[in-house]
Amino acid sequence: METKSIMIVGVGGQGTLLASKLLGRLLLGRGFDVKVSEVHGMSQRGGSVVTYVRWGEKVYSPVIDKGQADVILSFELLEAARWTEYLKPGGRMITNTQQMNPMPVITGAMAYPQDLERKLRAAGIDLDALDALSLAERAGSSKAVNIVLMGRLSRWFDFTEAEWLEAIAQSVPPKFLEMNQRAFRLGRDA
Amino acid sequence: MKQLMLGNEAVARGLYEAGCAFVSSYPGTPSTEITEAAAKYPEIYAEWAPNEKVAMEAAFGASLAGRRSFCGMKHVGLNVAADPLFTISYTGVNAGMVIAVADDAGMHSSQNEQDSRHYARAAKLPMLEPADSAESLAFAKLAYELSERFDTPVILKMCTRIAHSQSVVEPGERREYPPRPYEKNPGKYIMMPGNAKRRHPVVEERLQKLKEWAETAPINRVEPGQDRTLGILTSSTSYQYVKEACGDAYPVLKLGMVWPLPERKIREFAETVEQLVVVEELDSFLQDYCLGLGLAVTGEVSFPAVDELTPNQVAYELTRTHPVGVKLDVEIPPRPPVMCAGCPHRGLFYTLKKNNLTVLGDIGCYTLGAVAPLGAMDSTICMGASISGLHGFNKASGGESEGRTVAVIGDSTFMHSGVTGLINAAYNESNSTVIILDNSITGMTGHQQNPTTGFNLKGDPCTKIDLESLCRAVGIRRVRVVDPYDLAACDQVVREELAAAEPSVIISRRPCALLKYVKHPGPISSDPGKCVGCKSCMKIGCPAISIAEGKAVIDNTLCTGCGVCAQLCKFEALGGRKEG
Repeated sequence: METKSIMIVGVGGQGTLLASKLLGRLLLGRGFDVKVSEVHGMSQRGGSVVTYVRWGEKVYSPVIDKGQADVILSFELLEAARWTEYLKPGGRMITNTQQMNPMPVITGAMAYPQDLERKLRAAGIDLDALDALSLAERAGSSKAVNIVLMGRLSRWFDFTEAEWLEAIAQSVPPKFLEMNQRAFRLGRDA
Repeated sequence: MKQLMLGNEAVARGLYEAGCAFVSSYPGTPSTEITEAAAKYPEIYAEWAPNEKVAMEAAFGASLAGRRSFCGMKHVGLNVAADPLFTISYTGVNAGMVIAVADDAGMHSSQNEQDSRHYARAAKLPMLEPADSAESLAFAKLAYELSERFDTPVILKMCTRIAHSQSVVEPGERREYPPRPYEKNPGKYIMMPGNAKRRHPVVEERLQKLKEWAETAPINRVEPGQDRTLGILTSSTSYQYVKEACGDAYPVLKLGMVWPLPERKIREFAETVEQLVVVEELDSFLQDYCLGLGLAVTGEVSFPAVDELTPNQVAYELTRTHPVGVKLDVEIPPRPPVMCAGCPHRGLFYTLKKNNLTVLGDIGCYTLGAVAPLGAMDSTICMGASISGLHGFNKASGGESEGRTVAVIGDSTFMHSGVTGLINAAYNESNSTVIILDNSITGMTGHQQNPTTGFNLKGDPCTKIDLESLCRAVGIRRVRVVDPYDLAACDQVVREELAAAEPSVIISRRPCALLKYVKHPGPISSDPGKCVGCKSCMKIGCPAISIAEGKAVIDNTLCTGCGVCAQLCKFEALGGRKEG
């Protein structure tokens, strides 16, 4: 099979690494060759962060370049707009509609672009936008945004719900498991 | 069983399987996880050293004592450790010694993007360069075999994309090696001129033997291709991008050892293809070697010496085409990294900015004090350069700058190489004011312990170096401690120490807001009835504060309740602590 590529983008501290690790393990379990690439260090301090997940019979590059992503999963709306160019023509973009102001917007030096959902669709992007923050809060914690989004991404794969929930159980502390499973289902079914 | 591992974790696994018994490193992105992962194996003694030079010397000592040893560092760390490196090359080893260096092309978290391959050539040492996690594990083990067989330290060169990518590995078992007995051997281990003169030819002979080994080593492999119009010489991530772009179309000579280079193998490979092309990141290291052999390389293909290579760049150079995505016609504000909400450095940097001071900075999270709106930094060079730089600055200005210039340096960076600069300031009597930003952890690289925290790499309590006593011991009489959340106190202490007629150290002390044990009071509230929209609170660049409809708004998911903003509000619109 052709190598598939997913980019997970967001803001440092949103938990994008957990999502990519979880996905990597599931894909490895299916017998694929898998590469998951992360960025550590300075970029994590509230900056724009990217992780790449690639799988297939044989995966070479650990990173994804422009025009190569089958799916972009974005944890924040502006980040979805930032990384659009990395999407393959006809690829799917799943984004949280949550908006987090970057420092140039906070200081008033620049404006947060308006109407991004419409503009993304107008550019011909197959967009699936959801309010993952509200869903996470409904599940019990605003910190579960990443699991809500994993739930939404799960629709793109043919893993069973049980397989996903098992992978989540291996990745989150037991005391938060029930809440995270709720968050996953809300993202998957909403 | 197959599993996904970071390249760095795979190196650690390789150390474990090779029977490595001793690890000493200083953290640095992208190398840190090697040592953190190695520390999880109970069979390996692992420690954080105060700096890379100490780490390398400790690893050499362990090798001398007969145990396989390791030290890991980022590219700029190897500059710090270059002194022992060049001479350990002369002495060779007793038990195997491996040095990992992780380059950061693209400068994801670094102050420069030097190409560490030059060190292998300059120090006349073998350098292995893996292209994924499986090779990271295998090459770490191979490095020990080479180290003992050829009596040399071996460098394992990582880069961000290999170090921080997970790929599939199959871990094996650990093999224990009995300690090699230490035997006194002054001619080999005491590098005074007479002995060193006899060792240098040994180093040159060793390099020739390693070169012979490289000619037939399976890690330097030719992968066949049908189309012989091009033949590609490459390694590391560049190899992955070549295969991504061209598959098995062209013959590829994939190097696992990038120094010394297999001259005959490269010549023979070049003869089988019409055009030899070198694909490599940063400097033209392999290409220059080929040119030196008189080989015609590259043709129409060229790669820049700046920034990391990308798959599309390689695809374009080799195939004159690459994938294209959809560009959005919208101006996207950048999202640079920022100091976290509740960061203890913020209050101190606000004080420096307010007093319009010249600030010689250093390496750590606090380098973010350089960006707007704080903008309270004038220079950042390398670990420790703040204090020594301040001394020179003050001396050169004839004392004129002493009352309005400071150095800022973190606790870990101070222990790394700041203390020697402080000794210089005391000894050579510059009236310098040094601020140690003591957040009780090595923050930037992701919370590593250091000599001032009271805990070791394994998390066990250990000797805690007392910063105040240390500063006094090196001759600084004025040592003050201040809480950076207290703006009035910061302002007073900074002014007093700048005015004092002798060198002083201000320790700005509060633990990193992200440390798990730090309890925060919780978000403060903003009162839109009292807020007049003066934006005083915006001067500190806190990501938890923004202005909406002319009023300050607190982001409850980010605010820790540190109260620094509240101290700037003259209208009591921001709740929480009220001071000043």
